[in-house]
Amino acid sequence: MDATRVTRNVSKGESMSTQEKSRRSFLIESVSGLGGAWVAVNYPAILAAEEYVLKAAESEDQARFAFFTPEQAVEVEEMAAQIIPTDHTPGAREARVVSFIDRVLVTFERERQADYTQGLTDLAAQTQQRFPNASRFSELTFDQQLQVLTAIEDTPFFNLVRTHTITGFFASPVHGGNHDKVGWQLLGYDDSLNHEAPFGYYDALPQPRG
Amino acid sequence: MRQFRQQEEVDFVVIGSGAAGGIMAKQLSVAGFSVVVLEQGGWGKYGHERDYTKDELLNRNLSFEDRLISDPTRQRNTFRRNDREEARPGRHSYGCVVGGGTVTYGGSSWRHLPWEFNEASTVGTIAGTGMADWPITYEELEPYYTQAEWEMGISGQRVDSPFVAPMSREYPVPPVSMKSSGALFYVAAAKLGLSVVPGPLAIITQPYMGRLGCVNCGMCSGYGCHVRARSSSAVTVIPLAIETGNCEVRVRSYVREITVDNGGRVTGVTYFNAQKQEVFQRAKAVVLSANAGESARLLLMSTSARFPDGLANSNGVVGKYLMLGGGAGASALFEHPLNDYKGVVSGTGIVDYVPSDPNRGFYGGGRMTSRGYATPISYGLGGLSPGAPRWGAGYKQALRDESRHKMSISCFTTQLPLETNRVDLDPNVKDEWGLPAMRITSTSHPDDIKNMEFFRQKSIEVLEAAGGKSVWAGPVRDSTGGAHNRGTCRMGNDPNTSVVDRFHRAHDVPNLFIVDGSNLVTGGRNHPTMTIQALAFRAADHLVRTARSGDLAASSGA
Repeated sequence: MDATRVTRNVSKGESMSTQEKSRRSFLIESVSGLGGAWVAVNYPAILAAEEYVLKAAESEDQARFAFFTPEQAVEVEEMAAQIIPTDHTPGAREARVVSFIDRVLVTFERERQADYTQGLTDLAAQTQQRFPNASRFSELTFDQQLQVLTAIEDTPFFNLVRTHTITGFFASPVHGGNHDKVGWQLLGYDDSLNHEAPFGYYDALPQPRG
Repeated sequence: MRQFRQQEEVDFVVIGSGAAGGIMAKQLSVAGFSVVVLEQGGWGKYGHERDYTKDELLNRNLSFEDRLISDPTRQRNTFRRNDREEARPGRHSYGCVVGGGTVTYGGSSWRHLPWEFNEASTVGTIAGTGMADWPITYEELEPYYTQAEWEMGISGQRVDSPFVAPMSREYPVPPVSMKSSGALFYVAAAKLGLSVVPGPLAIITQPYMGRLGCVNCGMCSGYGCHVRARSSSAVTVIPLAIETGNCEVRVRSYVREITVDNGGRVTGVTYFNAQKQEVFQRAKAVVLSANAGESARLLLMSTSARFPDGLANSNGVVGKYLMLGGGAGASALFEHPLNDYKGVVSGTGIVDYVPSDPNRGFYGGGRMTSRGYATPISYGLGGLSPGAPRWGAGYKQALRDESRHKMSISCFTTQLPLETNRVDLDPNVKDEWGLPAMRITSTSHPDDIKNMEFFRQKSIEVLEAAGGKSVWAGPVRDSTGGAHNRGTCRMGNDPNTSVVDRFHRAHDVPNLFIVDGSNLVTGGRNHPTMTIQALAFRAADHLVRTARSGDLAASSGA
């Protein structure tokens, strides 16, 4: 076991590992072919994306993926978890960024679907090229994943996933990511509708304002 | 809302419902004239009586129907630096909703200073530029500034400063609460001997004229205001215009031509409705308030035997002397949290460098404004300091360390009017309606760039004096478009060198009035909206008198 992997497990702690496991099985087990088909029928292209996300937020059925296959979802989540890793606070994985990206791909950015299909295929090829014993990015250790992504960090696909990961991490939780507002908590961002002065440290000090 | 039949001749068609168009519609309809307002965009949320949502992702992905800003992939435009370049697809956009750009702007409402109306006389003309005096003075416009501040609802604090325009009356509501970035402005100013003033903002801070005060939600510039505290045309003058029963607002109306008869008088306008069907609306007179870019484009598209080079363009000045605006800035991290995401975008200004100073070796001035970090998504995507990693553990730690500790300065700076900087019709690219796309040609004068560099350096100085731990500033960039475009239909007494007279009547066309940022002879310090609003109140005042006297046919003269 290499050093990075040790750090990773230590930093996550035991409960996080359990959480990750259940999350992984949640991803794979919950997504039957039904999910995508159901969404495709019920949310035709003409339906406004806004209505889609609001309905999806109300729905009990958040587990299903509309675009990704279970395998693809795992790969995307592994990438997202490298972009905003889990340390002593939640990262992209706990924020359920992959659910956000899945929804984005059937609403606001349908035109990006092909980029993901192709990008994930390329990612598998890049993984195999660098680590011939692995067939999928998700099979790599944390450190190996880091090596692969560092090698492709200037590609359009990586930057697309980066943009979507960050967007999902910080968008309103109604869109499927930023679960429990963990993204906003990282920033110290208070999403209250109203704020009152003083807002920060410096405006709370006695003021010279004339 | 009153609805006019299309074959019915109305007194006025007003093209555009933004800062100027909204005021024109209200003043004319209150005076008893029949008015049809044609707006490219939709009603926005106000029209549906639904609040704007505080949702950053939705705001970035509004459907075409709900958009508040034009879509450059539909309302296409192109850009080139000079005539030798091939124009490339541009990103220029403008407010495109009932209320126009005032629905989403930051709300800065600085008046022009008295001497900004005659800098050509006082500072001197600059070779190779179109620097000229305005045909009106600050004294003439002052009552209308006051009227605009009180009718729109501007918050602020009257100050006695050589760097701020004198006011005959206090602001109707007090200034916004100071933010930490503002407090740090005062810290720096005390050390550097500079003057900080609370910024005048079109954001009310307490109940005023039936609206509620700002709740400091932080989703401000770029968003519709969910409590209607932003004093946009959509929540102030447009409802009053509609209430008169004399004014109809037609949304999704994309004007393609202002039509004239053989005598050279305007007869009405032809526009595409939401279904892209052509509609002709007859009018006794037309008020063009579509913003500097779109107003010029529409005039250039409105060709006829009488005006082969475009309406009101017999002298070839339409579209020229475009000013997109200059800017510079810097950012810094501070030891303690600022939480500047709360509240309005900007509440304070450093004003000492508003005037030009020959000792600097170039012409130029501007205003420095304090501000904090953006909304969470845009902050995460691009708000960190330059050395921070773009992803991974280091990225996450930087988000944690920096987010609440950041302050920025944005400077709004002069851009000289140049004849070569202009809007015209792209010969190759069409918009989604099949009309020629707007082509922008613009390169700032060398003094403008030196001025931007000056303000970049001053921003760094101020942040360092305020105690910034790390300070950074990107290189200055010449503008390629944006909301502050001005100057394409300049106002003047000489019909050979200007497009409209001192009362906004087109020199060439007795019943065409152009009232918007296009009239600005010089650009001020790149905060145009309050001056556009004052000009509109003044233009309306005169237009009402002219129309009542039955004098829409004669040249204005008086």
